[in-house]
Amino acid sequence: MPETDPSPLISLHEVHKRFEPGVQALAGVSLAVHAGEFVALLGPSGCGKSTVLRLVAGLDAPSAGRVDAPALRPGAGPATAFVFQEPTLMPWASVFDNVWLPLRLQGQTHADVAPKVRELLAAVGLSAFERAYPAQLSGGMKMRASIARALVTRPQVLLMDEPFAALDDFTRQKLNADLLQWWQRLQPAALFVTHSVAEAVFLSQRVLVMAARPGRVVATVAVDEPYPRPAAFRHSTAYHTACRALGAALEAAGHEASAA
Amino acid sequence: MSPMRSVWLSAFVLLGLLAVWEWGVRAAGIPAYTLPAPSLVVQTLAAHWGSLAASWWFTLKVTFGALALACAGGVLIAAVFALSPTLERALFPVAVVLQVTPIVAVAPLILIYVESTTAALLLCAWIVAFFPILSNTVVGLRAVDANLRDLFELYRATPWQRLALLRAPSALPYFMAGLKISGGLSLIGAVTAEMVAGAAGRETGLASRILEASFRTETPKMFAALTLLVATGVLIFWLFNALSRWLLGPWHTSESSRSD
Repeated sequence: MPETDPSPLISLHEVHKRFEPGVQALAGVSLAVHAGEFVALLGPSGCGKSTVLRLVAGLDAPSAGRVDAPALRPGAGPATAFVFQEPTLMPWASVFDNVWLPLRLQGQTHADVAPKVRELLAAVGLSAFERAYPAQLSGGMKMRASIARALVTRPQVLLMDEPFAALDDFTRQKLNADLLQWWQRLQPAALFVTHSVAEAVFLSQRVLVMAARPGRVVATVAVDEPYPRPAAFRHSTAYHTACRALGAALEAAGHEASAA
Repeated sequence: MSPMRSVWLSAFVLLGLLAVWEWGVRAAGIPAYTLPAPSLVVQTLAAHWGSLAASWWFTLKVTFGALALACAGGVLIAAVFALSPTLERALFPVAVVLQVTPIVAVAPLILIYVESTTAALLLCAWIVAFFPILSNTVVGLRAVDANLRDLFELYRATPWQRLALLRAPSALPYFMAGLKISGGLSLIGAVTAEMVAGAAGRETGLASRILEASFRTETPKMFAALTLLVATGVLIFWLFNALSRWLLGPWHTSESSRSD
């Protein structure tokens, strides 16, 4: 069981984060994610879900507490990948050049990476759009390119900040299923921020429920369903049980937040 | 409207205006020293082509020389400002003073201080032309997408990689907008300064030809020189629009052909 593994890949211990005007973004958050685990962070807007990701990526520092993650270890190389809510592609660069970027920043040339990038573009279904600019792609295709860029370094840690929130429901369900396939190939530790119960349950093994003001983890719900998960999983008893448990936890968190 | 049709439309309007001018001058019997007909302007242009072409070449050299210096200076100072906000706060007022001082008013002083007339003209045109490039490029270098900046930090990009792969391409559309304005301004600066200098001799530009002709009431020759100035302005406008479309066309919304 990953829970008993003594050395998680990512760990937060009693982490607090305050921003300048006295806003308490996180208050005493502790969590651990192990190699190969897919964990979702679920909660309302403003509960500090994104802040957790930024701390794990080393883009922000905690005000108090301990954060340990591959991105914070010196000389670790590109072990951590980040998928933002917006596709965040360079508009002036082709799809190929965008996916090449993380390796290019490590000094790898076009010739070095071409087979790897092309294979990845094929996997995400963008082979025909290698030379297209982001402006020529649909929202779903841009997000596919963004995920391909995240996977090109074969990261140990994959951080995703509501990547599908802006997409329509059909595209979102398709990308959820595809994401699980891509994730299974490399099995990075995945931390996936969302405010959708359905998405959290479909994707992850464990859902951490967060509450706002101040941001903290209030419940953990396990989703007992092995991978690969077929589309029919959405109609199974396990799926609905997990959804109900999360609904209850969110409601409890909401009451707590308004009482505080 | 299709681009071809709009070209025909503007050509038709332009030719129509010229025809009205020609017809009006002939019908009203206006003397050539008051208002020459377009046909006479063309004849004068051909008759004095030798001296006009040499002057035109001189004006072109000053205009494009000043523009090249404005690009180099504007971009260099913008880069310094982008790297050091303190220097920007200290020096930006100086740039503003240069920008708001009417060039006609300072040109006589510059002509006193700078011995070579050509150098003085270059300096005047440069003062007029460099500000739009500077202010646009400063904004452009700052206008980097925050998520992309995080991405470059996550992958530990070097300062040089940040500049070449992120900041420079982000600033390019802003720089091009500045260049389009500065192109026209450098011509205005070159002509204005030469008007003030009132120089005579071989190494002089179209402004000197216009002054000469006005002293001798050779109105058709004034119009001939003016025609070349207008042609130069249109050429510059067309040149930089084409350059902008070529550089930004595939990816930037300012050059998008879609009309939605």
